Amino acid sequence: MLKAEIYVYLKKSISDPPGIAVLNSLKSLGFDSVEKVRMGKYIVVYLNENDIEKAKEQVKLMCEKLLCNPVMEEYKFKISEE
Amino acid sequence: MKFGVVVFPGSNCDSDCFHVIKDVINEDVEYIWHDYDEKLTGFDCIILPGGFSYGDYLRAGAIARFSKVMPRIEEFAHNGGLVIGICNGFQILTESHLLPGALIRNKNLKFICSDQYVKVVNTNTPFTNLYTKGEVINLPIAHGEGNYVVDEETLKQMIQNQQIVLQYCDKYGNVNDETNPNGSILSIAGVCNKEKNIFGLMPHPERSSEKILGCEDGKRVFLSIVNYLKSR
Repeated sequence: MLKAEIYVYLKKSISDPPGIAVLNSLKSLGFDSVEKVRMGKYIVVYLNENDIEKAKEQVKLMCEKLLCNPVMEEYKFKISEE
Repeated sequence: MKFGVVVFPGSNCDSDCFHVIKDVINEDVEYIWHDYDEKLTGFDCIILPGGFSYGDYLRAGAIARFSKVMPRIEEFAHNGGLVIGICNGFQILTESHLLPGALIRNKNLKFICSDQYVKVVNTNTPFTNLYTKGEVINLPIAHGEGNYVVDEETLKQMIQNQQIVLQYCDKYGNVNDETNPNGSILSIAGVCNKEKNIFGLMPHPERSSEKILGCEDGKRVFLSIVNYLKSR
């Protein structure tokens, strides 16, 4: 069994309203050093697969087809043994 | 002349659209189930209604876009058929890449449910030909993710091709940050594809198609479609 941890996040050029809300909240709590917050999604996919290269290929396809919208989002992932 | 209204599990504006076509503008209309998997023949216009189809927990419209009926709608649209996506229907059309861009969370993070002034920027479409260019109309909006985004290069092409159809404004037609309810780029409320046969908009014209609802400014969207089909 392999575990894919996938991060989906908005492209830098896209404004992030939830990130701005959290930024303001952190500042109001006194965390003055916070300059920017970006929110994203963390998705874990468990694969019945032992070949890491094959798993990478599959996860890439999953991201490109469904998990990420390339118009506004980017993704990265890491795969490990579960 | 026949309309089809797609029903996704979770859609809640399908009945409203059906009612407007059948009882308000008196045209033939049929529901199309989301897993309908046959060629869409005999239809002149397909409506993707609003209302949280399913899969919004990933992105609005992201999972509905893989319904069996969607390749059939693509085929229908590529053959010149008219397709209109309202609210969640618009989100499904962008997720399907039938329309450019994407819709993200409203700038204030709130679900907005209100009347909204909208300017008709392009009347040279099958969906807006009965409006006057620059006309300000009143359409209800009800969405949490109506903030339209698109990359700069695509936006340039969209402007060149006159694909921006509706913009949010105030009652005098002013378009600026203050009159933009959700933060969408250039205050975009509705766009069409280059060929002008696919139209997506966040406001709900079907909810303002009868006087009893307080306003019938949206009715001309559906009458424009009929007008276009008759004159074709």
